[in-house]
Amino acid sequence: MARVVVDVMLKPEILDPQGKAVHGAFGRLGFDGVADVRQGKRFEITLDGEATEERVAEIRKAADTLLANPVIEDYTLHVEGDAQ
Amino acid sequence: MKIGVVTFPGSLDDADARRAATVAGAEPVALWHGDADLHGVDAVVLPGGFSYGDYLRAGAISRFAPVMETIIKKAGEGLPVLGICNGFQVLCESHLLPGALIKNHHRKFICKDQPLRIENNRTAWTSDYDANHEITIVLKNQDGSYVADEATLDRLEGEGRVVARYLAENPNGSYRDIAGITNERGNVVGLMPHPEHCVETLTGPTTDGLGFFTSVLKAVVSS
Repeated sequence: MARVVVDVMLKPEILDPQGKAVHGAFGRLGFDGVADVRQGKRFEITLDGEATEERVAEIRKAADTLLANPVIEDYTLHVEGDAQ
Repeated sequence: MKIGVVTFPGSLDDADARRAATVAGAEPVALWHGDADLHGVDAVVLPGGFSYGDYLRAGAISRFAPVMETIIKKAGEGLPVLGICNGFQVLCESHLLPGALIKNHHRKFICKDQPLRIENNRTAWTSDYDANHEITIVLKNQDGSYVADEATLDRLEGEGRVVARYLAENPNGSYRDIAGITNERGNVVGLMPHPEHCVETLTGPTTDGLGFFTSVLKAVVSS
């Protein structure tokens, strides 16, 4: 069974209040030297069987319609290969 | 005249929206997210709340509910649709309205009486307001910051499609103080503040929200 990973991030120009909150906590905990934190989402999608070109294209379509909102987010997609 | 109000799993303000329809003189009809039939309603309200717990993105999963397929189709044919708060998020995710709503810039939930200016009184939902009418209604949200790219914002402004703008302090980081927008035809309106909570003085700060519901009554009668 192959696994497709989709990583979704807010576009750079969109403010990320959650990342800002995490960045604030870094400072309070004494983790210095951090310029910025951006928070994203990672989807691990396990397929029945192989990650054929068609199956990956289907997942790409799912990423375009559901997993990411192209108005505010970008995503990257990669196949992790056999998870067995 | 029937106003349908959709209940999604996690909707909170559906009962208040139905009550506002009654106060305005319409017959409220409860619509269920899993039922694609609109049961003959003349207009639809997508209410506030946290449908699907705001999982993935606010409104992102509700947008694919069976009832939304029908609403998206009918909205294209002119059915008046008002999305309030979470409903506004659903309309943006459905691409019935441009842009998106992200977390408040200050990261806190807001609940306050919010002054607004109604800048477009030519929509199906705002015709009972005077031009540049200033109203105060409840604002309560977590993901209320309206964002869109500069070209989209310029187009909205140029076409007079900013329906409502925040007055005084910008409460959530919305670009250009935008509180509500409409589509090109003026039948679909998305609004972050809550007019349905402001139809009776017993429970709301004002009755300034009633105009949204009386406006759509007239829009339907005249169409």
